[in-house]
Amino acid sequence: MTMKILRAGDIGVLLVGTGLVAALTVYAWGGDRGATAVIRAAGQVVKTAPLTHAQSVSVDGPLGTTRIEIEPGRARVAADPSPRQLCVKQGWLTLSGQAALCLPNQVSLEIRGRAPAYDTLGY
Amino acid sequence: MTRSAIELPVTADDRRIARLAALAIGLTLAEAAIPSPIPGVKPGLANIVILLVLLQYGWRAAAWVSALRLLAGGLLLGNLFAPGFWLGAAGALVSLAVLGLARHLPGRYFGPVSLSVLAAFGHIGGQLALAGIWLLPAAALLKLLPVFAAAALIFGAVNGVIVARLLAAPAASGRQSGSCTPPSKP
Repeated sequence: MTMKILRAGDIGVLLVGTGLVAALTVYAWGGDRGATAVIRAAGQVVKTAPLTHAQSVSVDGPLGTTRIEIEPGRARVAADPSPRQLCVKQGWLTLSGQAALCLPNQVSLEIRGRAPAYDTLGY
Repeated sequence: MTRSAIELPVTADDRRIARLAALAIGLTLAEAAIPSPIPGVKPGLANIVILLVLLQYGWRAAAWVSALRLLAGGLLLGNLFAPGFWLGAAGALVSLAVLGLARHLPGRYFGPVSLSVLAAFGHIGGQLALAGIWLLPAAALLKLLPVFAAAALIFGAVNGVIVARLLAAPAASGRQSGSCTPPSKP
C-alpha cells in the first residue's frame, strides 16, 4: 500500500516551483535593462547611442582603434589594442550601470538605463 | 426550577476538528518562538496538520481547522485582527482555495509534496497580494518576492515530505493518538 513519497507529478511541481523562483529572482533582482551606450575617449563623451539597432563604432586612442559593437539591448567592446584585453573579455553589457574600461587606450563604454542608477545610497 | 446549563450537542466530528485544531494551534505557537530574518518567512508547521486533515477528512474539515487555528492563534499570540493576522488570514484563504482545486489532481502522480508546495505558494501569494494592496507600495515588496517564493518552495517541500511520511507510516501501533488512520486511497 505504500505510495512513493515523491511521485512523478511532485517532481514536476518542484521543478516548476524552482523555475518560478528563478524567474522571480531575475525579474526582481535582474536590474534595470540598459537603454543607451555612452562611449568616452580620454574622458570626453564621443558618442551616445541608443541600444535599439545594431551598429559599430570605432574610437581612436593613444594605442590605436577600439571597436565597439552595439546590438539591440546590449553592447560590447569587440576589439581593442590593449595588451590584456580586459574590456574585450568582459563581453556583452546589458544592465544599467555596467561599464567596460579600456584603460591603456583611454576608451570606456558605459550602459545607462532610463533612470540613472545610483552607485550607493546612504541614509 | 431554573436551567443552569445550556447543552450544545457535540458530534464526533466536532471533537475531532477541535483536537486537530488544537494540534495546529500548538504548532503555530511553537513556530512563533522561532526567530526569522524576515517577517513572513516561517516554516508553516501548522500546514502539516491542515494537509493531513485535508487528505484524511476532506476540505471542509481542513477549512474549519485552518479558521480555528487562525482565530485561536491570533488570540494566544495577541495579534488578533492586527495587520499580521489579516495577512495570515489572506494567506490561509488563498492556500485553502488552492488546496481545494489541487486535491482533484490525480493522486497517482501528485502526492502530498505537490499539495504542500502549491499550498505554500498560495499562502505567500495571498499574503503578498494583501500586503501589496493594503500595507506597502508594491515596489518595495518586489525585491522580496524571490526570498518569499524560495522559502515557500523549500518549506512547502519539506512539509510535504513530512506529511507523506506520516501518511506512509504504519498505522497507529499506540504511537499515534486516536483516529489518525491512513486514508484508504490517497
